[in-house]
Amino acid sequence: MDMLLSSPSFAFIQVLNSISLGMNLFIIAAGLSLIFGVLRVINFAHGVFYMFGAYIMYSVTKEFHMNFFWGVIAAAIGLAVIAVLIERGLFQWLYDKEHLMQLLLTFAIVLIMGDLAKIIWGTDQLSVSYPESLSGATNLGFTFYPSYRLMLCIVGPLIFLGLWFLIEKTRWGRLTRAATQDMEMLAALGVNVPVIYVTIFLIGSALAGVGGSLAAPINSPTPGMDATIIVECFVIVIIGGLGSLWGSFVGALIYGFVFNFGSVIVPNWQDVFAFLLLMAVLLIRPWGLFGKPEREGH
Amino acid sequence: MSWNISRGVLITCLVLFGLLVFVPLTGSKYLIDLSTEIMVYALFALSLNVIIGFSGNVSFGHAAYFAIGGYANAILLTTYGWPLIFAFPAAIILSALAAAFVAYFCTRLTDIYFAMLTLAFSMLVWAIAFKWRSVTGGDDGFVGVTVPSFIDGRVPFFYFTLIIVTASIIILWLICHSAFGQTLIAVRENLTRAGFIGVNTRMMRGIAFVIAGAFAGVAGAIFAMYNRGVYTESAFWAESAQVLIMTLLGGMYSFFGPAIGAATLYILERFANEYTEYWPTVLGLILLVIVLVLPEGLVGLAKRLKERLFLGGGQ
Repeated sequence: MDMLLSSPSFAFIQVLNSISLGMNLFIIAAGLSLIFGVLRVINFAHGVFYMFGAYIMYSVTKEFHMNFFWGVIAAAIGLAVIAVLIERGLFQWLYDKEHLMQLLLTFAIVLIMGDLAKIIWGTDQLSVSYPESLSGATNLGFTFYPSYRLMLCIVGPLIFLGLWFLIEKTRWGRLTRAATQDMEMLAALGVNVPVIYVTIFLIGSALAGVGGSLAAPINSPTPGMDATIIVECFVIVIIGGLGSLWGSFVGALIYGFVFNFGSVIVPNWQDVFAFLLLMAVLLIRPWGLFGKPEREGH
Repeated sequence: MSWNISRGVLITCLVLFGLLVFVPLTGSKYLIDLSTEIMVYALFALSLNVIIGFSGNVSFGHAAYFAIGGYANAILLTTYGWPLIFAFPAAIILSALAAAFVAYFCTRLTDIYFAMLTLAFSMLVWAIAFKWRSVTGGDDGFVGVTVPSFIDGRVPFFYFTLIIVTASIIILWLICHSAFGQTLIAVRENLTRAGFIGVNTRMMRGIAFVIAGAFAGVAGAIFAMYNRGVYTESAFWAESAQVLIMTLLGGMYSFFGPAIGAATLYILERFANEYTEYWPTVLGLILLVIVLVLPEGLVGLAKRLKERLFLGGGQ
């Protein structure tokens, strides 16, 4: 606390830490929110997808001795493939069933993939090194800051812009938004809605994979990391508003600041601060900062 | 009117109770322990079904109240040296209060949010149990629970559990089959319509959540004494998943279904653990089967089979 007030460069570093944490979380939460926005399903397995992303990064860089960049690509492709298999193999049968069955299906995937990760990668905490070009610190003029975290602060907004452009400015994005409004009408107009669904599920899951691979050097891959991240994502998307890209972005930034400054001011109890914030949002705007109120009786 | 219990179910319950009374006479430690554990989990699963089967919401964080009941009972008995007669009810009240607190937030929104929030809050309970080392023992768990001398021992504890669980199940049955329980079913079937006829649906869902939390607390408080310890895992989401799967496996639209599910799953776990360390995978596969083939659980399956057999397979 004293450090925060007495040293401006310390405070500034904490601000950057908050942003880099928030941006890493944004990448993951955006995927969860995107899938919900179109498919109307909360994917409980999103956390386990993130964990797979981190483990894939470990395998690519440590076991196959390849570049960090290829680790990110491999995590994205790996999770995209898993997502397509799950969507086509299991999910598509449940779109007309009640929400509960869809939630339970994603929960079954959590249990099975969690064990699968233990079988493939064991239960030890694994370490992933920073990419060489980003392992040092960058001189910001008045202070030094780890280059890797600075990269996260830049990649997050880039992904935000990419998603925003895709959804708001392309024809495909317009079709996707139409699918959230009236899926049956869209199908009647001759649009292949299942392809939209599987693509959204693929993109959302790949984002979890990318987020996991980028988090790997900071949070060493370990069993159970899926539980932590899914709760963080839930808190973020509820604060920001489910299904809203802006909501995920702002929610993740807020979470980053609350969590990071919480841990500086009252170490060890940072989780509780995030929940206090969540409760406050639920009291004032139950549908989240950027969300829309639920429609009755669906 | 609605308190009529079908003769078949009543006879089954009485026979089961009669059999349980004689379990300690077999002298088998294995059988006594197994029965005690199954009774605790049966109550835990039945309590969850008040939320799922009777109010139509799904809690993915029910283990939180089991854990709160367990920790509260253990801490009051051991750290503060309270007698059981005060510690046990206090533990139940604390579970109910925690459930009321969470329900206040969760019932503001419907299904998807409810599922996410219950999970998130249960992980908050887990995080607190994990970090509040001085009170809960952190990740080492709270060990060495003081068990009152009159139930200290395998057989007395078995009878203690049998009495408490039976009484709890009777109370739960009465609640679920009262006018209140029937109103909950109306809320489950159609939230909007129930609202139109003047039911305060949010309040009803909240009360169901509190009742469920209180009885999960009873189960947790018993289990803490049985194990002579409480561990953070009991609040973890895997535990919530387990009890949820018990409830669904048995059948959420029948009162006793979850107890059947609890017994089945618990015995299955005992066997599975001898052959594989990957119990979660087995759980996941069971859940897949429930979702894809058996949405009404074992009780639903039994009903379908019965119709096939006695009605000659005609629909």
